[in-house]
Amino acid sequence: MKSGSNLERVILSGQPAVTAELGPPMSADGHEVVKKAQLLKGNCDAANVTDCQTAVVRISSIAAAAIAFQQGLEPVMQMTCRDRNRIAIQADLLGAAAMGLKNCLCIAGDHQSFSAAGRLKGHPGAKNVYDVDTCQLVSIMKKMRDNGLQEGGDTLEIAPKFFIGASWTPMGDPIDFRPVNLMKKVNAGADFIQTQGIYDIEGFRSQMEKIRNMGLHERTAILGGIIVPRSGMMLKYMDSSVAGVSVPKSLIDRMMKAKAAAGDDKKKARQLQEGEGKKITVELIHQVLETPGVRGVHIQAIEWESAIADIVKAAGLYPRPNIPAE
Amino acid sequence: MIVGSQKPIDEIWEMVKDFKKILVFGCNTCVAICHAGGDKEAETIATLLRMRASQEGVDMQVDHTSVMRHCEPEYFDPVMDDVKKYDLILSTACGVGVNFLSDRTGIIPVYPGINTSFYGAVPEPGVFEELCAGCGDCILHMTGGICPIARCSKTLMNGPCGGTKEGKCEVSDEMDCAWYLIVERMKMLGTLEKLSEVLPPRDWSTSRDGGPRRVSMEHIRAYEEKEGEKTETAGGKKE
Repeated sequence: MKSGSNLERVILSGQPAVTAELGPPMSADGHEVVKKAQLLKGNCDAANVTDCQTAVVRISSIAAAAIAFQQGLEPVMQMTCRDRNRIAIQADLLGAAAMGLKNCLCIAGDHQSFSAAGRLKGHPGAKNVYDVDTCQLVSIMKKMRDNGLQEGGDTLEIAPKFFIGASWTPMGDPIDFRPVNLMKKVNAGADFIQTQGIYDIEGFRSQMEKIRNMGLHERTAILGGIIVPRSGMMLKYMDSSVAGVSVPKSLIDRMMKAKAAAGDDKKKARQLQEGEGKKITVELIHQVLETPGVRGVHIQAIEWESAIADIVKAAGLYPRPNIPAE
Repeated sequence: MIVGSQKPIDEIWEMVKDFKKILVFGCNTCVAICHAGGDKEAETIATLLRMRASQEGVDMQVDHTSVMRHCEPEYFDPVMDDVKKYDLILSTACGVGVNFLSDRTGIIPVYPGINTSFYGAVPEPGVFEELCAGCGDCILHMTGGICPIARCSKTLMNGPCGGTKEGKCEVSDEMDCAWYLIVERMKMLGTLEKLSEVLPPRDWSTSRDGGPRRVSMEHIRAYEEKEGEKTETAGGKKE
C-alpha cells in the first residue's frame, strides 16, 4: 500500500472503483461543502475536490477536502500547477497529509483567462505560475512519498503518503500523441488516472487498445470519466466547445427529444432531460467498465451532486465495497 | 528582435502634459522594424503631442530625434549634449533602451513611449510573433525547434494539456497550441520518441526568477583592458 487510502484499497481489491466530484462554492460557505459531502458519502469510494476549476476563485481544494474528510467522505484533493510554485505545492502537500488526506490528483489547471467559459468575471489578468507541469508535479509527490525527499533534496522526517493521480484526455489533440502523454504520467509515478469525460465510446476503446498494447493499464488504474449530461444544450456545448470531448449525435438527439416531449412546460422539460441524462450516464458507465483495461469510473455531476446516489444505484455499483484498512 | 507597440496617445499625454520641453527619442533598430519607435514614429508622436498641446492651450516644445541603437553607449555620444537640453525625454526605444538611457541623463527623466512586448519575428509584413522567452536554458533541440516556454500559454515542458482543440490553445482559437506544433514537427523530423522522456522540474534561476541577469565575457573584458593600457601608453600616460 502506498497511501492506504480507501480509493487505493478498492482499486487493489480488483472491484471497479467509483469516484465522484465535489465542487467547492464561490464563497466562504463551509456548510455547502458539508451538504455536498453528505450527498456523496457512501455513494463513491472517494470524491475529487476541485481546485478553483474553470479558473474561478472558490474555497481551496485543500480546505474543502479537509471539511469533506471530517464528514466521513474520502476526498481526492486536486492540485493545479497554475496557482502555486513548488514551494507552495509541497507545503500544501505536507499540510494536507498532516490533516489525514491521502489522495491527490495532479492537473495543469484551466488557464486563468477561462473565467468559467466567460460566464463569470474571474481573474483573467492574474499571473500564472506553472513552475512545474503535471508530470513534474507527479514526480515531486512520488519523490516525497517514496524517497522521503523534497524536490530540492532536503529530507522529510515524515513523508506525505499520497495515492497519486493524474488526468488524461484520451481523445484530445494531437490524438496519436495522447497514449505517450499517458505513458509519461505513469512513468512519472501516477498510481491512478481519471480521464476527461467520455461519450464517444468507440473512440475511447480505440485509444484504450493502444494503452493495453503499451501495458499501461497494468501500471496504473484507469478510471473512465463520465460527465453527467443535464440537458441537450449542455451536450451540444460540450461537443462544440470542450477540448477532447466529442458527443455522438444520437445522444444529443435523445436529450433534445426528451426536452421536446415536455412541450412548453419548462419544469417538465428539465425533469425529462435530467431523467434521460441519468439513463445515458448509466449506459456510459457500463460501456466504459466493459472496456478492457478500465478499473473504475469517475462520475462528474457538475453542480448536481444530488444525482450521484441515483446513478450509482441504477448502475448496480451500490453499496460501495467496505475494505478495512490494514 | 525586440517587438514593441505604441502606447495610446492619451496615455502618453497624461505622462508628459506637465513638462515644457520634451524630446521624443527614437531607436532605429528593433522597434523601427516593428513600426513602434523608429525615427518615423518618434516624429509622428512629436507631431501629435504638439497638436494636443495646442488644443489644450498648453505651452510646450516638442522635438524629436533618433539614433541607431539605444543599448550601447557610443550611439548616444554624438547627441547627448542636445538631449540634456530637454526637461523630459520620451524614449520610443524598448524597455532596455529606456533603462539604459535613464542611467545616463542625470536629473532628466526618461519616460517610455512604447510598450515593449516580446522577442519575436516577422512571419509576414505587419505581423509579429513571440518565439523566445529568453529563459536562459535553451531546450529547442529537444522540442523540434519550437519553444514551449515562449509559445505554450502554460509553459508546459512535458506535452500538451487537455485544452488543445483542433491544434489551437484553450486560451484562444487564434492561438496555436505549441505542443500540437511540437508533436507534428517532431513526427516530420522522425524524432518523436525524444518526447517520451519526462523532463524534470527545471531550474528557473537562469530565467527572470534568479533576479536581473548579466553576462560577462572574460576574454573580451581582458582584451579590452589590454587595449586600454596600450592606448594609455601611446598617449604618454604611463604611470
